[in-house]
Amino acid sequence: MGLLAMFRSKPSTANIAKERLRIIVAQERGGRGGPDYLPLLRRELLQVIHKYVNVDPEAVQINLEREAGHEVLEFSIALPEKPGA
Amino acid sequence: MTEIIVVTSGKGGVGKTTTSASMACGLARRGKRVAVIDFDIGLRNLDLIMGCERRVVYDFVNVINGDCTLKQALIKDKRIETLFVLAASQTRDKDALTEEGVRKVLDELIADGFDYILCDSPAGIEKGAHLAMYFADRAVVVVNPEVSSVRDSDRILGLLSSKTHRSSNGNGGVKEHLLLTRYNPRRVASGEMMSVGDVKEILGLDVIGVVPESPDVLAASNSGVPVILNDDSDAAAAYSDAVARLLGEELPLRFLEEPKRGFFARMFGG
Repeated sequence: MGLLAMFRSKPSTANIAKERLRIIVAQERGGRGGPDYLPLLRRELLQVIHKYVNVDPEAVQINLEREAGHEVLEFSIALPEKPGA
Repeated sequence: MTEIIVVTSGKGGVGKTTTSASMACGLARRGKRVAVIDFDIGLRNLDLIMGCERRVVYDFVNVINGDCTLKQALIKDKRIETLFVLAASQTRDKDALTEEGVRKVLDELIADGFDYILCDSPAGIEKGAHLAMYFADRAVVVVNPEVSSVRDSDRILGLLSSKTHRSSNGNGGVKEHLLLTRYNPRRVASGEMMSVGDVKEILGLDVIGVVPESPDVLAASNSGVPVILNDDSDAAAAYSDAVARLLGEELPLRFLEEPKRGFFARMFGG
């Protein structure tokens, strides 16, 4: 580090990397181990919803949770503020 | 009891073979009988890193196909009595490696009384990588503090927990460890590189070693002497620590901070 660099503060790209990884790893872990049809189900569900409400593809979340003896498939769809907008 | 350890990563070029060679040497130096197997069928490399490339007569696939005995194919290390290398085949036949064949070779090594079998996995998630991890009791996941390597490691962790003999037979799963390589404390301090804590937090796994970025690693592969055998190297000390931790010793992580530099070095760079 030279004299000038000591006074120049750089944004921490390590923190950016960490944040990006935290999100993508959580997302990929969520989909792991689930049935193979989940991505297709998500896409078709989105198409059906699209016929009625214009939702953002990002607004559909599918979670598969395993509890003792059974699995819970949870859909969460965030609707836009003005329906049909 | 034989323990089968896979050295894996998903991403290529992160230091799997360097790690396999050094950990195998480290375990053998502590008196363990060790066999290290190159699973990278088609692209043989471990023999070069171990410095025994000119002594390869038979390989892993030859043993599976019955062209030779396992004893004929195992290359005895010239430096450490209890260390043996099984080279990868250079065949282009992707189906040369089979689950049954791999099982047969591992069973024979177990029957022969080896303490450790290290499986040096190829990059990727194809057949070679799958078979390298399939029979493992433990996994050393080699990761660089860099986005693509961390993401690929997580993918590998997913496979370790679902596509292995232990995971599918309810034997308590594969015991997983992280090993960071190419760690640059100076860049971590300046916020340019993720820290060991960051990687540990993202992947949620215990860290068995942190190997600092070092010119000694290239020098070691140039000369065919695994870096752990270089007594003057920080990378060697870091690998020795990792071996000790693998054997159950509790040691604090070293080389996480850059060596202190003098006033002039800091002012004028260097």
